[in-house]
This record gives sequence, C-alpha cells and structure tokens, in this order.
Amino acid sequence: MIVGASLAGVRAARAARHAGHTGTIILIGAEEHLPYDRPPLSKTFLTHSSDHPAAHEPDEQAHPPAPAVLMAEDELRDDLGVDLRLGVTATGLDTDSRELLLHDQQRLPYDRLIIATGATARRWPTTTHLAGLHYLRTLDDARALRAALARTTNLVIIGAGFIGSEVAATATQHGIHATIVETQDTPLAHAVGQTAGTALARLHTQAGTTLKCGVQVTDFSGTGHIEQVHLSDGSVLPADTVLVGIGAVPTTGWLTDSGVALDDGVACDPYLATSAPGVYAAGDLARFPHPRREGTLRLEHWTAAAEQGAHAARNAITTAAPTRYEPVPYVWSDWYSHRIQIIGDPHTDQPSTLIGDPDTGQFTVLYRHNNHITAALAVNQPRAIAKLRRLITQKAPWADALTQTTTLNPPATPPAGSRTESRAT
Amino acid sequence: MNIHIDPDRCTGHGVCEGLAEDIFEVGDDGLAHLLQDPPPNDRREVIEQAVQQCPTLALRLADAPPS
Repeated sequence: MIVGASLAGVRAARAARHAGHTGTIILIGAEEHLPYDRPPLSKTFLTHSSDHPAAHEPDEQAHPPAPAVLMAEDELRDDLGVDLRLGVTATGLDTDSRELLLHDQQRLPYDRLIIATGATARRWPTTTHLAGLHYLRTLDDARALRAALARTTNLVIIGAGFIGSEVAATATQHGIHATIVETQDTPLAHAVGQTAGTALARLHTQAGTTLKCGVQVTDFSGTGHIEQVHLSDGSVLPADTVLVGIGAVPTTGWLTDSGVALDDGVACDPYLATSAPGVYAAGDLARFPHPRREGTLRLEHWTAAAEQGAHAARNAITTAAPTRYEPVPYVWSDWYSHRIQIIGDPHTDQPSTLIGDPDTGQFTVLYRHNNHITAALAVNQPRAIAKLRRLITQKAPWADALTQTTTLNPPATPPAGSRTESRAT
Repeated sequence: MNIHIDPDRCTGHGVCEGLAEDIFEVGDDGLAHLLQDPPPNDRREVIEQAVQQCPTLALRLADAPPS
C-alpha cells in the first residue's frame, strides 16, 4: 500500500514490481489527476507558446492545459498491475490493526505501507480577503497561476527560493514585470551560502527581474483584488498577482496519534523504515539520519523522491537484509536560460570557493569540509557537474576538485577568477 | 543490450555519468552521449540504475520493457 501518488509513490510502485513483488499494490492519491511531473509547473507549464503566458486560450477553462504525466495510466494499471485510487484522501493510520483510514470512513488493511504524501506549500501567515494571492505546488495551483499570469502586468513574488526564482524567470522572459521580495539580505544564503547566493542574485538582476532583499511584505491592499503590496521599508509595489514561495511543510497532519513518530516530517531509520512495523516513508516528508554527518536530513528534491520511493519499496518487500539509504543529494533549477545544479550538501558554515565569473553566467562554487569536497553548485557547467558528482561521492581531496573545476572552467581573465570567502550562518 | 538516449528529453543532468562514467558522458552541448555503444553486458545493472534515475526519463534500454 502506497499513500501519495506523486513521484515517490509511483517510483515505489514500479520498484516493488521490478523487485519481484507479485501481490497487490494499491496507490492512493488525494488529487484527481494522474500522477504528474512537478518541475515543469514552475517553468514551461506557466507559459503558452505565444509571447505571453497562457495567452488567449478561449477554451482553456473547458480544456485546462495538461501536465506531463509520470506514467501513462495503462502502464500503471495494466503493465505494473497497480490498483490506482485517485481523489482519495488518507485521514489516519491505525498501526496496531495495520489499517489505513480514508476520508469516506473506509479502512484499508495493509501488510506493508509506504508514506509518500509529500509536502504542502507554506501558507502566508495572515489572511487576506483580496483575490490574487497564489501558491505553487499542485497542478491546480499551476493552472490558476497560469491563468492569472495571462492578465498580469506586475507580479510580486514573496521569497527568493527556487520556486519563486523559477517563476520570476518565466514571467520576466514573457514580458511581465516581476519583483522578488526576500527577507534575507542574500537569496538562498541559508541553503547555498553567501558567495553562491550573491552570484545567483546577479542572474535575476541581469535579466531584468527586480530583487528587493532584507525587506518583508507587511500588507496587501486593493479593491476586491490585490493591487498593491506594502513592504517593511515603507515602499509600495503595484501588483496584479502575488505568488507566495516561502517553502513547504511536510504533509503529516493525518499521521498525528498514529504511532508513527514525527519530527518535522516522518522520522525514519537509515532504511527509511518508520517507528511503526511495516511502515516506510519516502519523498519530501522522510527525515532520515545524515549519512555523512551528525543529525538528520530531509530532502525536497525531485531525485530524492525518486530514489527514496524505490529504496523504501525494495526495503519494504525484501526478504533479505534491507539496504541503507545514503544519498548524495542532487537538485537543479532553471532560471532564464541558466541551469543551476547542486550536488552534495553545501556546508554553508565552511569556506566556499567561487571559480569563474558570475557576470558571464558560467561559474562553479565548491564547498569543503576540512580537506575534502562536500558539495558543488554549478551554473551552466554541464560537463563539470557530472565529474564533480563523482568527486563528491568519493569524498575526494579538496585540491582534486579545485583542479578539476579550474580545468573545465578556466578563468576568463587570469587571475581574477577565484574568490574565497568564509561565512558563519 | 542497446541504450537509447532521447535527445528531446535529455537535458544533461549527468546522473547517468555519475553512475557509469565509462558508458555516459555529458558533452559541451549539454546532452549525454554514449562512450560505448553497445555497452558491455556486465554493466547492465548500473545501466538499469541510470535508466531508473534519469530525472527526465531520457534513457531507454532497447531490450527492456518500456519504463
């Protein structure tokens, strides 16, 4: 039984079948839609082939744009033999009787369960009665935002994270005036450090997106619909549409009192098993022991969901010894025509080194712990990143990573290409 | 065993190269390319991993069922 019919859930179903599971596989999804791929929702999905997002599609309401599905319905149902139940919400879990509780009071028994209900967009803390406030997590969110962008001149995005940055890029590229409002002084500094955050910010400003850092949104005003966004520095931004991109919260409310231990997500052991017998977790909500450091880790990455779904499924059905989940995290983001790739976990409390020139849109930031490389962030370096992935996986010496990166990305004008900076966060 | 890389889907994430540097390499064009075609049969397991883990589902094993 798999709860959550997105990437982790679908990969779990497939892996279970490929690993030889011949019994029933029930895949339960709260949304009515077939499992779909999320990354395009903040990028190409928001735009129409013409100049403006969602431009003038008269039949768009009757025939809303379709997303890329993760697997065709007949492949899922017939080839993999998955009992796919969509539009079904899990409301609770009885780990003693091993039953899943559904919104219609039905109780479904399971032998093995994989929790893959993902995360939900973090809500704006104050309510507004004005229309025009958007989130972006689900297909329905994306359709609503797409329709709104077709009528938008001024877009305000709250939060300079990956979602906000991707939507800003898409909007700016389609002639919408986009402004990102970020409370931190440097976008993404908590995730990638000051050096990389500063370099990434330049991608926005170079492309014509306005970036306002170190300020907060204090209020919205307008008549029926948001027309202005008020900031803590006293300034007022005109806005037709506001996107809130302030992170995501694990969807674990339905597990309260279930006996499954929670810890900002679902607490897992290194095998992705939860505290309840026969119950595993995968995807955005799975918190597991860090394979290389103290503490625990929860990843909201596409590749993590794909890997964890498959990993949890194999461990759930195996009769042999389970295997530990010890990933090297990988996340990517596409802004304007730039591809940003991050491998490993950046130690933002350690020195990071920038190689290349952010002004050219081609650079790499390397992260170290003591004398070995732990992570890399690369912008428009397709050849470098695969090689860095290997070095990071092997915990290679720092000097090797530096040499490799410098070779693949020689400074445009010697010797100004390299800057080192240290920051405690 | 034949691997097909769909150039319309591949966007050069390099997950395949990370798994099997002797088989795949991302080029300056930002696309994965095969270094050995066909690849040796004893690399089948890692190639199947690459097919499974490709973020854009751009890889396909020709003699495997569609995935």
